[in-house]
Amino acid sequence: MREEIIVSGRANPYIDPHLNIWHWQIPLYLFLGGLAAGILFFAGMYTIMGKEKAYSTAVSKAPLIVPFLLILGLIALFLDLKHKLYFWRLYTTIRIESPMSWGAWVLMLVTPLSFIWAAIKVREVFPRWDWKFDVLKNLETFFMKHKLILAWIMVVSSVILGVYTGILFSAFNARPLWNTSILGPLFLASGLSAGAAMIMLLSKDHAERTLFAKIDIGIIAVEMFLIVHMFMGFLASTQVQIDAAGLFLGGPYTASFWIFVVILGMIVPVILEVLELRKYKIPVVIPALLVLFGSLMMRFLIAFAGQESRWLY
Amino acid sequence: MASRRDFIKISGLGIGGLAVSASAYGFYKTLADTPPDGTKLKINVTRTPTYCEICFWKCAGWVYKNEDGSIWKVVGNDEDQHSNGRFCPRGTGGPGMYYDEDRLKTPLIRTEERGKQSFREASWDEAFDYIADKMKRIAEEYGPECFALLTHGSGGDYFGTLIKAFGSSSIAAPSYAQCRGPREVAFQTTFGEGVGSPERIDIRDTRCLVLIGSHLGENMHNGQVQEMSDAIDKGASIITVDPRFSIAASKSKFWLPIKPATDIALLLAWIHVLIYEESYDKEYVEKYTFGFEQLKAHVKNMTPEWAYGITTIKPELIRESAREMANASPSVIIHPGRHVTWYGDDTQRLRAMAILNALLGSWGRRGGYYVPEKVDLPSWPHPPFPTPSRSWKDAFPDQFNLAYETLASGICDATVPTLSKACNFKGWIVNGTNLLKTIPDRRKLIEAIQNLELMVVVDTMPMEVTGWADVVLPECTYLERYDSVRVSPHRKPAVALRMPATEPLYNSKPASWMAKELAKRLGLEDYFSWNSIEEMLDWQFKQIGTSLEEMKKIGVKTYERSYDDLYFYPGQDVEFFTNTGKIELYSTDLANEGFDPIPVYTPHEEPPEGYYRLNYGRAPMHTFSRTANNPNLTDLMGENAVWINPKVAKIWGITNGQYLYLENQDGIRSTFPVKARVTERIRWDSVFMVHGFGHDNKKLSRAHGSGASDSELISRVHMDPIMGGTGMRGNFVTFKFEPAGEEVAS
Amino acid sequence: MRYAMAIDTKKCVGCSDCVVACQTENDVPIGYCRDWVVEVTNGTYPQLEIEIRSERCNQCSNAPCVRCCPTGASHIADGGIVLVTENKCIGCGACINSCPYDARYSHPDGYVDKCTFCIQRIRKGLEPACVATCPTKCMYFGDLDDPNSPVSKMLKIRKYTTLIPEAGTEPQLYFLM
Ligand SMILES: Nc1nc2c(c(=O)[nH]1)N[C@H]1C(S)=C(S)[C@@H](COP(=O)(O)OP(=O)(O)OC[C@H]3O[C@@H](n4cnc5c(=O)[nH]c(N)nc54)[C@H](O)[C@@H]3O)O[C@H]1N2
Ligand SMILES: Nc1nc2c(c(=O)[nH]1)N[C@H]1C(S)=C(S)[C@@H](COP(=O)(O)OP(=O)(O)OC[C@H]3O[C@@H](n4cnc5c(=O)[nH]c(N)nc54)[C@H](O)[C@@H]3O)O[C@H]1N2
Ligand code: SF4
Ligand code: SF4
Ligand code: SF4
Ligand code: SF4
Ligand code: SF4
Ligand SMILES: [Mo]
Repeated sequence: MREEIIVSGRANPYIDPHLNIWHWQIPLYLFLGGLAAGILFFAGMYTIMGKEKAYSTAVSKAPLIVPFLLILGLIALFLDLKHKLYFWRLYTTIRIESPMSWGAWVLMLVTPLSFIWAAIKVREVFPRWDWKFDVLKNLETFFMKHKLILAWIMVVSSVILGVYTGILFSAFNARPLWNTSILGPLFLASGLSAGAAMIMLLSKDHAERTLFAKIDIGIIAVEMFLIVHMFMGFLASTQVQIDAAGLFLGGPYTASFWIFVVILGMIVPVILEVLELRKYKIPVVIPALLVLFGSLMMRFLIAFAGQESRWLY
Repeated sequence: MASRRDFIKISGLGIGGLAVSASAYGFYKTLADTPPDGTKLKINVTRTPTYCEICFWKCAGWVYKNEDGSIWKVVGNDEDQHSNGRFCPRGTGGPGMYYDEDRLKTPLIRTEERGKQSFREASWDEAFDYIADKMKRIAEEYGPECFALLTHGSGGDYFGTLIKAFGSSSIAAPSYAQCRGPREVAFQTTFGEGVGSPERIDIRDTRCLVLIGSHLGENMHNGQVQEMSDAIDKGASIITVDPRFSIAASKSKFWLPIKPATDIALLLAWIHVLIYEESYDKEYVEKYTFGFEQLKAHVKNMTPEWAYGITTIKPELIRESAREMANASPSVIIHPGRHVTWYGDDTQRLRAMAILNALLGSWGRRGGYYVPEKVDLPSWPHPPFPTPSRSWKDAFPDQFNLAYETLASGICDATVPTLSKACNFKGWIVNGTNLLKTIPDRRKLIEAIQNLELMVVVDTMPMEVTGWADVVLPECTYLERYDSVRVSPHRKPAVALRMPATEPLYNSKPASWMAKELAKRLGLEDYFSWNSIEEMLDWQFKQIGTSLEEMKKIGVKTYERSYDDLYFYPGQDVEFFTNTGKIELYSTDLANEGFDPIPVYTPHEEPPEGYYRLNYGRAPMHTFSRTANNPNLTDLMGENAVWINPKVAKIWGITNGQYLYLENQDGIRSTFPVKARVTERIRWDSVFMVHGFGHDNKKLSRAHGSGASDSELISRVHMDPIMGGTGMRGNFVTFKFEPAGEEVAS
Repeated sequence: MRYAMAIDTKKCVGCSDCVVACQTENDVPIGYCRDWVVEVTNGTYPQLEIEIRSERCNQCSNAPCVRCCPTGASHIADGGIVLVTENKCIGCGACINSCPYDARYSHPDGYVDKCTFCIQRIRKGLEPACVATCPTKCMYFGDLDDPNSPVSKMLKIRKYTTLIPEAGTEPQLYFLM
């Protein structure tokens, strides 16, 4: 028999019995960031493609909620910090090697961008909106003029943001479950899928909804491919990663991951969306909410299980 | 882009008005110039000398204080032979004893029946008057001899003077009949001298260290652990005889996983091998010993093969380990152990160990047993003590004649009145010993307490024992008081000072003050004629060429040896303090008292089906029950666990970490559940637990209910007929999964 | 200059003095620790062996905790000691997650704390508190660039391992076997 005990020390609730430093705040922050990135991506892309009118929910309506999502995300991040009054230290330096740092800076870029985008779209959705001050009106016209540039910046930065939500985890070599380059694309895809779902939810236009249902099906297919790929990668790797994957393959997180993330968050919505495309009457809220829920759960489960995975020594 | 300040404003608003923005800039300015590496430097720290009271090794050290005078840390004094500048974990955690918020804070007087733990707070005057009154009445009615002191710790010196002045000589420490008594008697009957504390063993220079039980590394007696490590460095081999895979066993060249209670057979077989392979120290044996031929004849048939059947240790292993010792001789130590009250034939087991040492020629030799020396410190002059007409010994007229110290358990026995006992105690002062965890057979102990007319307990903490007191006197901790000069023997004679690092917290006081105040009320002030303890200490120090002032600066003063060498010189004529003047392999004392003059092996009872022998010992971070509530040390280890072999666990379906109860052969079930530790380190016929846990005094916020008490399960005592030691390892337990019902509560 | 520590597992008895000594020396609050003791038992009674290790931050030469820190609070000071500047630390927990040895903890005051090799002591020429207190003297500390330092000497004459070198952190805590 092998017996390994910690004789003393480490009676530290964040570390024992397993690492538990990130609670709900970080996964929520990453979900909101991913969702925001997804919406901004589609808004930017369809603007560049000149489909502003056709897909007005994607381009105009959905982006109005993005500033709120990002602020909520930042609040969640802020709540995670344990030395809160030093928050501003994030913005006294740029640490290229620290995903936390460039995440903070990307948000610093994306958040104002989302405000500007929302500002130039607000009168489209609420026609009686009045900016009152001339400065603001002038600013609005200024940004309107450079909308296309804004759209390009938005597409690029939202991809960075989306990838960042995964890199934040995958940069941690210390947590074998997170230590895979697939988390970046996977979280980006999950963010895009959530964004598409949100657009579907908000859209009143049948053609737009159909388009986003199709997009969503495509993204989910990519996600499933990435997930399978990720587990295959783990299983072909070292014992620590095999053990890490085990958390989802027979371990304590198995049921929640496969039921909530894969079945309810991916397979069921795909089936429902396919059925809807086949003209069955399916209330759109169901697949959309399931996708959002699955995307949220994925972040929670990967955040928690990742902290439980460790090197053996 | 938003500036930093704007950004903070935004997030500040976002979290609902947390006032970040207003102060943020100020923060930046004040914090920007603090040291960049995040290290804190302490300035103006001060230090005062002390010696540690967390166990009885008495390491000398320094108490460091922060600028504001608060206690920061305790570290060893480099000049001290007990600590060599390094404290053990318990000593390092000493400040926890001072900071423990559960400490006794003021004198208490009992309001309901004993054991109920209901008290009212009292003033010191009131408490002393109450005690003095009762003491006088006991003296008048029964005689002052009927008053006893049970003590373990420094304050015992002052209460000892008080009790002797009062007219009683019955002063006992549990460190005799519950601890090292059999060892002292065995070595006295063999070498004419005891082992003493610190043990006179030269571990640092040994080439072979043999541990019979002694679990150094878990037993943290500092100097020994340090020297064991030095010996490992120098390539010494360690032989450990222990049924449990102790830490020491894991460092050993030979581990002999002996069947419990069979050590004497192994020791006799070793003696057999040394004699019949003629590898003993012939010259030494010839010159110094008495009774070799009787010994040789006695062990003739006690071959390793014979011992194998008893101990389960393979004959080859017995031979090889004996040769290992012989090769190292005389730099070999059969460690005398310390807590040796195991099975009732303990003096005989220790005799066998002493004999082995003699055969290997280790007594008085480098790497064996050195000749210790201590400072001869005069005590403060006082009138002669009255001669008591009776003592505890009168209760045992034909017994324990070889016990040179008082038996704590003997005092308990003599307190329960029987017609045959010539001395019944009516009053106890209990200082620094938690009797309920210390003396086995709790039922009998409580019966004794119930027969007392006065029980005074002097302690620092609310413990089990304080719950049974009539009056509780709160002593301040060792960090807050002066105490007697430490004069223990060592390689070189030395003294050490303990002085207060800080004023006592709460309304607690030192024992020295309490004893003097009580003496005043009893008309015995002449025995405490010093004005202040500083005056007394200074006077004592001046008799040995130093002063209190100097000692406050150096803490420890070491002197050159005044007589003899540390070891015998070759061919030295030595007169041993035995009847024959020789090392007695054949003990004339034991023969005269009617005991086996040479040890014999007698089998002991084995656990019945479904029961396991209750083995217990130390954990490095705790001392008995006294540290069980220490915040620093409970942080290292908060409860004990019961060690169970995986095979046994499987039979019972016990999983690692599961809580369960233990019940002993007399149907006594542990008050609290204890965590199972399923481990290969314990045999399948025993379980092991660390002594000192399972406290039932609710006032101990950390210790109450943490772990289980081995003491309450030790209801059967195997008394050593030679000296009255209380053998405690003949108890058997089984597993239960429910707490006891009313019927078994005791 | 490269500070390092070597711990002799043949002498360590697992007493945890190093843990309390660190706690009191560095005012580590009760309930937290900068070092800890691990005991590993292998085998079946009576064929057994125990390895005991006193562990703490490995002061990695390739320290992921420093890399992932968004504010620069985690940094490398003289002699390769990895430190946290309290008033730069935002308590984001990234470094705690990045350490494969779980060597960091979140101080109740909010910032992250860890073993500093007692830099305040070594600057005064003293040994780290745990090293100076260990009753078995089983810890060796010093500068690897100095061939006469206690740690260099031990590494020259003894076999040793480090913990999970395959994690790529280049740990500077050596365990003598
Ligand atoms: N940390 C710490 N250290 C202490 C103390 C403390 O409270 N805490 N107390 C101090 C005091 S006062 C004392 S007396 C000493 C006591 O310490 P020791 O004298 O070392 O006590 P032992 O009873 O020899 O040690 C218990 C060991 O005996 C083994 N054992 C049990 N039964 C048998 C048996 O039948 N045969 C053999 N060969 N071994 C057996 C157990 O498995 C266990 O490993 O410790 C001192 N040191
Ligand atoms: N079951 C069982 N019984 C045993 C043992 C065992 O291993 N198992 N070991 C035996 C051995 S070897 C020994 S030496 C004895 C030890 O027996 P004890 O010395 O009685 O041990 P403790 O239980 O620590 O009790 C010490 C008491 O002193 C108090 N105290 C601590 N510091 C001070 C102080 O400065 N002043 C005063 N006035 N009080 C103080 C503590 O609060 C505590 O109540 O126990 C023996 N009994
Ligand atoms: S051995 Fe430890 S507890 Fe005992 S006196 Fe020394 S430092 Fe104190
Ligand atoms: S103080 Fe020394 S012997 Fe004790 S656990 Fe720490 S390293 Fe090991
Ligand atoms: S052990 Fe952990 S905290 Fe220490 S330097 Fe390495 S990664 Fe950083
Ligand atoms: S918790 Fe502090 S030290 Fe750690 S990464 Fe965050 S800011 Fe840096
Ligand atoms: S080196 Fe100093 S800070 Fe690090 S574990 Fe040892 S005592 Fe603690
Ligand atoms: Mo003892």
